[in-house]
Parts: sequence; C-alpha cells; structure tokens
Amino acid sequence: MNSAAFVLISILMLGAALAAATLRKLMHAALCFALTFAGLAMFFLLLGAEFVGLALVFIYIGAVAVLIVFTILLTRRDAVKERRFSWVGAVIAVAAFGTLAWSILRTESVSVVAHRVPPLTVGRIGEALMTGYVWPLQCTGVLLTAALIGALVLVMEEKQ
Amino acid sequence: MSEFADQIFVNAKRSLLAPMAHLPGWLVQAASSLIDIFALLAVFLTLFALVSVLERKILARIQNRYGPNRVGPFGLFQPVADGIKMLIKEDVVPARADKPVHFLAPILIAAAAILALGVIPYGRNMTPFSIDGGILFFFAVGSTTELAVFMAGWGSNNKFSMLGAMRAIAQMFSYELPLIVTVLPVVMVVGSLMPDRIVAAQAGYLFGFGPRWFVFTPWGFAAFIIFFVSGLVESNRTPFDVPEGESEIVAGHMTEYSGFKYATFFMAEYLGMFATSGLGITLFLGGWHAPLPLLEFIPSYVWFFAKLSVLVFIYIWIRGTLPRTRIDQIMNFAWKFALPMSFACLVAAAVWHYAGRGFSGWFLSLAVVAGVYTGLSLLLDTRRKFAPRVYRFAE
Amino acid sequence: MTPTLQSFLIVSAALFSIGLLAALSRRHAIFVLIGIELMLAAANLNFIAFWRFGPQQEAPVGVLIALFSIAISAAEAAVGLALVIAVYRHYRTTNVDQLDQLKG
Repeated sequence: MNSAAFVLISILMLGAALAAATLRKLMHAALCFALTFAGLAMFFLLLGAEFVGLALVFIYIGAVAVLIVFTILLTRRDAVKERRFSWVGAVIAVAAFGTLAWSILRTESVSVVAHRVPPLTVGRIGEALMTGYVWPLQCTGVLLTAALIGALVLVMEEKQ
Repeated sequence: MSEFADQIFVNAKRSLLAPMAHLPGWLVQAASSLIDIFALLAVFLTLFALVSVLERKILARIQNRYGPNRVGPFGLFQPVADGIKMLIKEDVVPARADKPVHFLAPILIAAAAILALGVIPYGRNMTPFSIDGGILFFFAVGSTTELAVFMAGWGSNNKFSMLGAMRAIAQMFSYELPLIVTVLPVVMVVGSLMPDRIVAAQAGYLFGFGPRWFVFTPWGFAAFIIFFVSGLVESNRTPFDVPEGESEIVAGHMTEYSGFKYATFFMAEYLGMFATSGLGITLFLGGWHAPLPLLEFIPSYVWFFAKLSVLVFIYIWIRGTLPRTRIDQIMNFAWKFALPMSFACLVAAAVWHYAGRGFSGWFLSLAVVAGVYTGLSLLLDTRRKFAPRVYRFAE
Repeated sequence: MTPTLQSFLIVSAALFSIGLLAALSRRHAIFVLIGIELMLAAANLNFIAFWRFGPQQEAPVGVLIALFSIAISAAEAAVGLALVIAVYRHYRTTNVDQLDQLKG
C-alpha cells in the first residue's frame, strides 16, 4: 500500500471535509461535501474494496449531493446571515478528536501493517449477500421503500 | 495474418514499453496507462470532430439541403474551422457568476465522459482499464455528470440556466433507473460486472452461423431498445433536448458559456454519446465479435467501430426525424413505461436462463416480454377523446 | 512508512470530528445533515479498514456492513432533506435556533 497515496488522499479528503463544515456559502460547502466523498471513495479503492468505493461515488455524489443542492435551492432566503463562528462546537469537536486519537495511539493491537489479501471480487460480495446476508438485504429494501414513501409524503403539497 | 492485424495495436504498445523493462514495475504500469489514455483521447477526439461535421451533413441531407461543403473536400475540414473559431472567441463570464463553480463545471463534465470511455473493450485484449466492477464504474462516473450540469446551471447566476439545469437533472436521474435496470439482465446472465467477460460470453455461434449476441434474445432486444432510448435521454439529444431547448430557454444550463467552454460542453455531450453507445455494444451487440464466422478475418476493433458508427448514425437519424417531446411526456414515459418494462426484461432473462437457454426458454421469455408490453400499453392508454372544436370569435 | 491500521483509524477519527464540528456549530439545518453524513462516512471507513487489516473470513463482513450503512444513510439523508423542505414551507426558515417549538 503506497504511503504517498495515503497522505495525498487523506489531505484531500480532510481538507474538503473541513471546507464543507466551515465555508460560508452553502453551495460551495455542498460541492466540497461531494469532493469529500470522492476522496473517501479513493480511500476505499486504496483499501481494496472497489465495489463499495464505486457504490459510494454513485450513491453519494450522484444522488445525495444532488439532493442536497436541490434542497438548498428550494429553501433559499435572500438575506442569509450567518452568526459568528460558534467556538463551543469547535472545542467539542477537538476534544472528541483528541480522545479518539489518544485511545487509538495507545492501543497496541492496531499498529499492524497490511498483509496480502485475495482481491475482493463482486462475485464474493454477491454470494455473501444472497446466502448468508439475505435477511439484512431484504430488510434494507423494505427500509428504502419506506423512506421513499415517507419522503414523498412529507414533501407533497397539502390539498386545499 | 488476421491475428497480426487484430493485435497490431497491442503489439505496438508492447514494443513501445519493451525498452523500459528494467525500470520499476509501477513506472512501467504508469507508462502503459499513459499510452492507453493518449491513444483513447486521440481516437475519440478525432471521432468527435468527424461526427460533428457528419452530423451536420446527415441532418442537412435529411432536410433536403447540403451541409457544410466549403471547407475542405466535402466540408470535412469544418471541425478545424469550428475549433479555431471556438478558441479565438472571447470568454465571457457573467460579472456576478460564481467564478470557481462556473469554471469547474465544463471540466467536470468532460472528465466524467472521458473516464467512462476507459472501461469499454474496443477489441481483443484492448480494454484500457479492465477492472472488476467495470459497469459500476461506468455508471458511477456517469452520475457525476448530473452534479456538473447543476454546477453549470447554478454557477451562471441566470434564471434560464437554473431552469435548464433543473430540467436536465430531473430528466437525467429519471432515466438513470431504466438505464441501470436494463443492464442488470445482462450482468445476471453473464455473472460478472467485467465488460471483458460480458463480451466473452457473447462469443461463439448458434448452429454455426448465428451470433450469440444478447440482442437476439427477446429480453435482450427489449432491454437494448430501452437502454438505447435511455442513453438518448441521458445525453440530452433531440427528441429529449428539453434542457437545451433552443426555442424556449436559450441554451439551458450552457447559456452563459462561450468559446472554448461551450466547445467543452459540446464535446462532453458527444463523448457521452460514444460512451453510452460503446456500452450498449459491449452489453448487447457482442462487443468486438464478428456476426458471421466467415467474417472473422476482419480485425476486432474494426467491428467495434463499425457497430459504433451504426449506432451513432441512428442517433443522428433520430435527431433529424423526431420533434421534441414535452417534459411531462418524458417523465411519464420513464416512470410508467420504461421502468416496469425493464423489470419485465429482468424477469424474462431469468425465465430464459432457467428454461435452459434453448428454444423453450426463448419462447417463454418472449411471452413474458410481450405480455408485459401489451399490458402496459393497455393500461397507459394516452389517447384522448377529443371534443369537437368550438370556435369563438370576437363580437 | 507504510500506512498501518492506526493511520486509517486516525484519519477516520478526524473525519468524524469534522462531521461533529459541522453538526454542532452551524445554524442551517442542511449543514447539520451534512455533518451527520460525514460522521457516517467516517464509521464506514473504520469498518472497511478493520476488514482489510483483520483476519479474512469467508464472507467480507466489513464490506457488507459498509454497503448497508451507505444505503441506510442515503435513505436517511433523503428523509431528512424532505423534512427540511417541509419545515421550511411551514416556518419559512431553516435556522435550527428558531425551530424550537414543538407545537406546529
């Protein structure tokens, strides 16, 4: 696994995530959100889970990011005033990161290097989904249907 | 001899890489990828230039006039003149446009189209990037086109652009579903997402003379037609060019782009057309295989580009013949007909497979497809009963 | 220095805390949703990293969990955005500070 690639992708992804979290203009933040997921997809490709990486690009950049920008358009006010940056959130976020990083660095068992794994083909994922994990698959399908119907009902105009 | 002509590009690349054999592995691989990308860009940009002038000439002949015929023999150097014109035009950016978003949109849309061209097998051993989830990669980069269209519409700070972009996105994601669901029967029957395997599964001949392409099965035929129509919609071409309807909203999301950026949008549309046709050829029309065993001496890439030319000609023919459809007609067609029909193709493919892929399977799947088609046509009866016209005149 | 599991976990912890920052410090409801999506993405990265560096079993469990998590988070984003639109229609604002009444 290439360490130069790791450093570059992590800089891209974290930079885009920071931009998405702190930019003033909503639209730029939404586009940086899409860029974050592009970086995350590159991470997944680096880790060898190609199917998940491509599915991430497809679902998040192709659908969720478009949804978010549509919603920004539909809920726009002309006078958008953002208050001064709230430091409480930043302090809590830094504290959370500090705690997590300290606990990760203290754990001995996670400082392992990557060993060679057989490449994960889509066939293996499909086989697992259809034999051992068919119940979660069907439940996810039902959940997605429910979410679809729910979202539609929420946004429908009330009949006068 | 035919083997030599067939593998001539593969051998040329290998001989180009031979002097670098002593360098580290990743460098050789990077060089190999660069040669592939360079060849891909050279071929497809030339094809784009050629198709842009051919489209104008074919449309012109359909409309009973000559096309461009002044620049070069039969007007074939017209793209050079067009390119020079586009390059020297002033690049006008609206004053209150969002500069970075406005700038990045054509780049992203062209990048998505070019990336999508990388996973299609153009000949025997001639796939630029042969990855395990090739079809998924194709659709993933195709879906970033929507975001790029939105960026173009919003970055221009123009109500027409925004409206055009919204229409374009609504149309594009409505037809992404039929596009993907029609690909599913092929993936299911072949058992892999790799385009190379899908092409290999269509090798061989039935009874010694008939090709085994998936388009010659009932589910494959219906799926190919729906795939083709969805591809037509995805690339915003007439009769589905509501987003760039010239008589309504100027040029839709491309209104505020001039010069080279407009040329980039144009190029991205054509490259998207090539990519979708290429995928259709890979999935349904047998990829680079020849239709008859006695024609196998013709190299594989010649067959691929011949099939691509036929499909592009059909795209242009449809553009010259059909009027524009309304946006609600487009949506109705997508959600009420195309999507159920594509699911029916999936079921028909399963029936074909489990009935043994022989004659009985063929007829049973034909029954499923024809039954669903007839049922949908009866259900979605869109003929209106017209009342006799009442004329009212001013008194 | 090849990347170890620790480096991946630290990156995902950073992504998680950036998501937490977005969810806590912004006033616009959509930003809160963006923050939640970033946190879910960080958890997905964790799963895949542990799958890659851990013992390989018959079924790639980490990858499957990540797939389901992506699907579920996409559904939750859709419903959340529908809620934002519905609330905007009623209250004409998306500022979460002003949406503090339970009665409609």
